Amino acid sequence: MSEHDHHHDHSELSETELRVRALETVLTEKGYVDPASLDLLIELYEKKIGPRNGVHVVAKAWTDPAYHARLMTDATAAISELDYSGRQGEHMVVVENTPALHNMVVCTLCSCYPFPVLGLPPVWYKSAPYRSRAVSDPRGVLADFGVTLPETTKIRVWDSTAEVRYLVLPMRPEGTEGWSEAQLAELVTRDSMIGTGLPRQPGEAA
Amino acid sequence: MDGTHDMGGVKGFGPVKPEPNEPVFHGEWEKRAFALTVAMGRPGGWNIDMSRFARENRPPEDYLSKSYYQIWLAGLETLMIERGLVTREEIETGKLVISPKPGLKPMAPHEVVPAIRRGGPTTRDPTSPALFAIGDRVRMKDIHPATHTRLPQYVRGHVGVIELNHGCHVFPDLNSLGKGENPQWLYTVRFEGPELWGKGSDPTLSVSVDAWESYLERP
Repeated sequence: MSEHDHHHDHSELSETELRVRALETVLTEKGYVDPASLDLLIELYEKKIGPRNGVHVVAKAWTDPAYHARLMTDATAAISELDYSGRQGEHMVVVENTPALHNMVVCTLCSCYPFPVLGLPPVWYKSAPYRSRAVSDPRGVLADFGVTLPETTKIRVWDSTAEVRYLVLPMRPEGTEGWSEAQLAELVTRDSMIGTGLPRQPGEAA
Repeated sequence: MDGTHDMGGVKGFGPVKPEPNEPVFHGEWEKRAFALTVAMGRPGGWNIDMSRFARENRPPEDYLSKSYYQIWLAGLETLMIERGLVTREEIETGKLVISPKPGLKPMAPHEVVPAIRRGGPTTRDPTSPALFAIGDRVRMKDIHPATHTRLPQYVRGHVGVIELNHGCHVFPDLNSLGKGENPQWLYTVRFEGPELWGKGSDPTLSVSVDAWESYLERP
């Protein structure tokens, strides 16, 4: 990026920043918002509601067959057992990858994403390239993430067009027999729960 | 509406660019824009479908030139101005011009966690039996509502199979207009790649959308 472009971006950002500040001032003075609540909302999504929650769900499903069964039958209830629930995860469905089937999740119309288990969506998930291509060229999208699947693997894309939110249950990596839930959790990545990545392999650095 | 937000299958946007170690927010203003939007839902009184319509209902060049949280911000401004909660001048100057609407309560700090944990479930009791069963073949109607819909253009007119029944959910097309919840059966409908993208499609591909009953017809 050239110096000029950088400067241009920076000043545009400042314009938005000033607008948000003005808006917060007005809304606070009118008594519509309490800034302390805004701070709490931000803290919640920066510290508590993130992909670690989904990692917990996946690692538990990999180690506890009864939990896996509950997760596949009623994902909302099974996820709420681990104390994750609410906004943008009110109606959860878990879709499981197998050697024959790979699942990928998108929202082509906006950027619907399962907040309670994955937190707020990354920029690429909300971007036009992902939203446009995930449904027509998922293998091309996977290539952008450095992932290649066997040609015979079926690919299933779930477009989140309603209030149902999807979480991908990736395949437990081979060579992890006898691993604890905590050890397995180290292998689960955010992208593997969206379907744009695969879990880490044993020995692969986090 | 057949708007720029409806991106499924559109060509030319280029590669997906993941950002390594991406932070939750990029800069302070994104945090405040996010929190303001969530917190204003209470006094504002709009629903999620109204919010989505306010975000997507804008010219292509505007939609495509804004970042995600800039779109959120623009949507929030629209919703507040429509209801007379603020004026454009107030947003631009940061100075009060009109008095606050009486009787509107902010989200209090102790209400934040319970509100997020509760969320806004959209399931409702059925008022009629489901018209379609799992395994039924259905065609997505070729309709072009001028206002909010959750029926993407790339599936319209195409035939798929009902795979899941999610019960009855609030119907966004009417809820976004303030015309009530009008719950309808919601199904996951699966399409094979070639049905959507023609003979050149990846033969291993299938795609599903979640579709309200009134989006569907018998093929």
